[in-house]
Amino acid sequence: VKKLRYAGVLTAVALALAGCGGEKVGSDEPAAGGGKDCGTFNLAVNPWVGYEANAAVVSYVATKDLGCKVVKKELKEEISWQGFGTGEVDAVLENWGHEDLKKKYIETDKVAVAAGSTGVKGVIGWYVPPWMAEKYPDITDWKNLNKYAAQFKTSESGGKGQLLDGDPSYVTNDEALVKNLNLNYKVVQSGSETALIQAFRDAEKNKRPLLAYFYEPQWFFNELKLVKVNLPEYTAGCDADPAKIACDYPPYDLDKVVSKKFADSGSPAYDLVKNFQWTNEDQNAVARMIAVDKLTPDQAAEKWVKDNQPKVDSWLGKS
Amino acid sequence: MAAVTSDAEVEVRRPRRSVVVGVLLVVWVAAYFVLRGVDTLVLGGQETTPLHRWLTEHRDDVGQGNAVFDAIRFVVDQFVVLLQNVIAQPSFDRPVPVIGWLGVVAISAYCAWAFGNWKVAVLTAAGLGFVGLQGLWQESMDTLALTIAAVLLSLLIAIPLGIWAGLSNRAFRVATLVLDLMQTLPTFVYLAPLTLFFAIGPAAATIATLIYAAPPAVRLTAHAIRSVPSESVEAARSLGSTGGQTLLKVLLPMSRSTVVVGINQTIMAALSMVTVAALIDAPGLGQTVLKALQTLDVGVAFNAGLAIVVIAIVLDRVTTAAGDRPWRTASVRRKVLLGAGGVGVLIAVWFSRTYVWAAEFPTDVNIGSRIAKVVADVTLWVQDTFGGFTYGLRDVVTEGVLNPFQALLTGSPWWLVSVVVVALAAVLGGWRGAAPAAVCLALLVATGLWQDSMVTLASTLLATVVVVAVGLALGVWAGRNRRVDAWIRPVLDAGQTMPPFVYLVPFLALFGTSRFTAIAAAVVFAVPVTTKIVADGIRAVPVATVEAANSVGSSTWQVISKVQLPVARRAITLAVNQGLIYVLSMVVVGGLVGAGALGYDVAAGFAQSELYGKGLAAGLAIVLLGVLLDRVTQAASRRTQDFPQAFHSRGDKR
Repeated sequence: VKKLRYAGVLTAVALALAGCGGEKVGSDEPAAGGGKDCGTFNLAVNPWVGYEANAAVVSYVATKDLGCKVVKKELKEEISWQGFGTGEVDAVLENWGHEDLKKKYIETDKVAVAAGSTGVKGVIGWYVPPWMAEKYPDITDWKNLNKYAAQFKTSESGGKGQLLDGDPSYVTNDEALVKNLNLNYKVVQSGSETALIQAFRDAEKNKRPLLAYFYEPQWFFNELKLVKVNLPEYTAGCDADPAKIACDYPPYDLDKVVSKKFADSGSPAYDLVKNFQWTNEDQNAVARMIAVDKLTPDQAAEKWVKDNQPKVDSWLGKS
Repeated sequence: MAAVTSDAEVEVRRPRRSVVVGVLLVVWVAAYFVLRGVDTLVLGGQETTPLHRWLTEHRDDVGQGNAVFDAIRFVVDQFVVLLQNVIAQPSFDRPVPVIGWLGVVAISAYCAWAFGNWKVAVLTAAGLGFVGLQGLWQESMDTLALTIAAVLLSLLIAIPLGIWAGLSNRAFRVATLVLDLMQTLPTFVYLAPLTLFFAIGPAAATIATLIYAAPPAVRLTAHAIRSVPSESVEAARSLGSTGGQTLLKVLLPMSRSTVVVGINQTIMAALSMVTVAALIDAPGLGQTVLKALQTLDVGVAFNAGLAIVVIAIVLDRVTTAAGDRPWRTASVRRKVLLGAGGVGVLIAVWFSRTYVWAAEFPTDVNIGSRIAKVVADVTLWVQDTFGGFTYGLRDVVTEGVLNPFQALLTGSPWWLVSVVVVALAAVLGGWRGAAPAAVCLALLVATGLWQDSMVTLASTLLATVVVVAVGLALGVWAGRNRRVDAWIRPVLDAGQTMPPFVYLVPFLALFGTSRFTAIAAAVVFAVPVTTKIVADGIRAVPVATVEAANSVGSSTWQVISKVQLPVARRAITLAVNQGLIYVLSMVVVGGLVGAGALGYDVAAGFAQSELYGKGLAAGLAIVLLGVLLDRVTQAASRRTQDFPQAFHSRGDKR
C-alpha cells in the first residue's frame, strides 16, 4: 500500500510539472461576432434530416453573420409549437401543413405568426422500391394495385396486401383511401420513420415487394430513388370529408412559423428567418452531406454557403 | 422439510384446477368458432370515441401559467442549469464549465473511494475516462447533471414517503397502488402532458425522469422499515424511546442497506429515461442516440448507448459498494488518507479550472468513431448472414402461435373474452383474482380501445412466456454457478440500461416491421431483470437444504426441480411479475417497430394533437392490462402457496 501511495504522489508531481506548461483557459477566447445586437435565438429542430439542413444553414448564417447565440432544440413538431407560447422556441423552419396547430397557436392563442414559405415543396404519397417499378411498370397506377396485392402479403397483413404506414407524426388518410378505392390491402403501422427507411432498404436489397407511405424531400432519396404510385389526382376540396377521401395527398408548400414575441423583438435573426428561402435541390444537397457524407451540420452549412453566397446575401438583405 | 410438505399439497390440488382451466379454454375455442366477429369493438387508426375527443378538448384545462407549476419549474430549472454549469456547459463567461474533466474524474473517484472502496474508485475513474475517450464527454456530463438532479429530487420526495408507507399500513396500501400505476404507465403518455405544465427543456425532462425513478426508492424504503424485526422496535419502546427516536436510532439505521438498494434502483431507472427524456429536449446522450437514428446510424447510436451503460455500471457498483460498507467511524489512518485525498482532489480541480488540457477532454484519441465503425460492420454482417433465417423464424412463430392466439382474443365477442378471463382468474386466484379482473376488463371496454388492447395482450403474453422461460434457464444456471454469474451480470446490466432505441434498427433489419420484432425487443429488455431475480432466489436457498437433497442421492435435475425451484418460488413469482411489467413498459417502443395497437396509439397521441385523447386512453389501457395481469398472477401464487404477499418492485437486486 505504501508503494502505491508513493507512486500516487510521484504521478501527481509529474502531472503538476507537465500541466503547468499547458495552455491556460481563456487565453484564446475568440473575438465576439458581428457586433449587432442579436442575442439568443432558439431554433426548433424537428426530427428529420431535411429540417436539420434548414436549421444548419440558418444557424450557421445567424452565428457567423449576425453574431447570434443559436440554441438548437431537438423537438417533435407538436412539442415545438407548444414552445412558442412559453418563449422556449422562436422559430420553426419547415412546417408540413398542420392546419390544426396553426388554428390553435396562430389564430386562437395568438402566440405564433406565419413567416412565409420555405420554398421547399413537400410531396406525400405511396411509394414502391425502384426494382419493383422496373419489373412491373404498370404498378405506378393505383388501378393495378389489386393485381399485385398477393405479392405484398406479410405476416402482419392478414391475407391481404400490406400497405406500410409511417411515423405517427403524420396524419394519414390511408385507411380511408384503401376502403374508398376498394383496394385489397391492409394498413399496417410501422410506427416510425426509422422502420420505414429500414423496410425500403431491405426491400431493394433482397428484392422483396413493399408498398409504403413516404414523402419528399427526404435524404433517403439520395440513397434510393423510390417511385411514387399515382393515386386519383388531388383537386381542391377532395379531402374535405376525412371518411370519404378517394384522392391523392395535396402538394405541400412548406412554410416557416415564428413566435409572436420573436417577430416583435426586432432581432436581425427574425429578418433572416423571414427572408430564408431555398429549393428542394438546395436542401437535399445539405441533407446529403449530413446524412450520407457524415459531415456535422455546421461543416455542411459552411460548404453550402461558400458555394451559394448570393442566395445567403439576399436573405441578409445585402443584395 | 417444510418445502416438501407444501409441495405435496400442491400435487394434490393441481390436477383438479388444471382440468377446470382446460375445460374453460376448450369451451372458449368452441364458442369462438360460433361467435367469431360478433361484438369485437373495432376502432380504426384515425377514429376516436367521444371519450377520446373529450380528453383532447380538455387537455388545456390545467396547464402553464399556473403559479405553482411555474414555481416548481423555475426551481428545478435553476437546479439543473446550475449542475450543468458546474460540470457540463461553458458557464460564467468562461469557455469551459466550472470544473473540467480532470476535476470531475478526481471528485467522482474520491467520492467512490470515501463511500465505497478503492476498487470502485478505480472503476469510476476508468469508466469516466472511457466515456471521454469515446468523444462524448460533454454529452455524458449533461446526462450526469440531469440524472443527479432527478435522483436527488426523487430521494427528497421518495424517502419520506417510503418511511410513511413503512410505518402506516393504510399508506402502504395506497402507495402500492399508486406506484404500480407510475411504473406501468408508459412514459410517453405523460411526456406530452408534462410539457403543458412545465414547458420543454431540462426542467420538464427532470420531472419526467423523477416520476419514473422515484417508485423503487419509495417501495424499498417502505419494505426496509417493515422488515425490521419487531423485537428491535419493542426493545427500543420498552427502554422509553419516543416514536421519533425509534425511527432515527433503530428503524433507519437497521434499514440502511436496503434503502441504498432503493437509491441504486432509482439511479438505474433515471438512466433508462435518458433517451425518452431527450424527446422533450433533455440535453445529453439521449440526443445523440435519437439523432443517429434519423439516419439509421447504428454505430453512433451504439456508441452513445454504450456511454450510458458505462455510466450506469459505474453508478451501480459505487452505490452497491456504499450499501455493503459497514457503518462505523473511520480509523485515524483512513481519516488521514481521506484528508490527503481531499487535498489531491482540490489540486485536480484547480488544474481543471486553469489549464485547457485539464478542462476540455483531449480529442487526440477518439475511440468513439472506431467503436461506431466496428458495430456498424458487425451489424451489417449479422443482417446479411442471418436475414433469411430470421424472416423465416418470424413467419413460423407469427403464423403458428401469435396469429391464432390473437385471432382468438380479437375475434371473440368482448363479453366472451371477459367471462373467460374472469372465470380463469376465479379458478386460479379466487375472488382476489376475479374481482380486480372484472373491474379492469370493464374499464378496458370503457377506454374504447378493446380491440387494440387484445392485440397488445396477445403479444405481451407471448413475450412474457418467452421471457420467463429464458429467465428461468439463465437464472438457475447463474444461481448455481458463481463464475457464470460473474460473467453474465455485466451483460445483463448492459441489456437493462442500453436504450432500446439502439437495437431497434438491427432488429428491424432482422425481422422487418412486425409484431414479432416488438416481441423480440421486449424479450431482450425484460430477460435481464427476470434472470437476476431468479438467480438471487436460487442462491438464497439455504446450503443445508441443497446438501440434504444431494446426500440422499438426488440428481442435479431433481435438486433443481424438487428443492431449489420450490424453495425459491417467492423469488420466481416476483421474477414473473417483473418480467411482465418490463414487457409492458416496452409496448410503446414496440409500437415504433410495427407492433401497432396500443403502443402505436400512445406514440401517435404524443405526436398528433387530434389523437391526444386516444393516446391517453391507450396509456391507461396499458396500465389496466398491467394491473389485470399483476393481480391475477399474484392472487394465483398466493393461493398455490400460502406465503406472504410477494413484495414487488423494480428491485432486481441481489
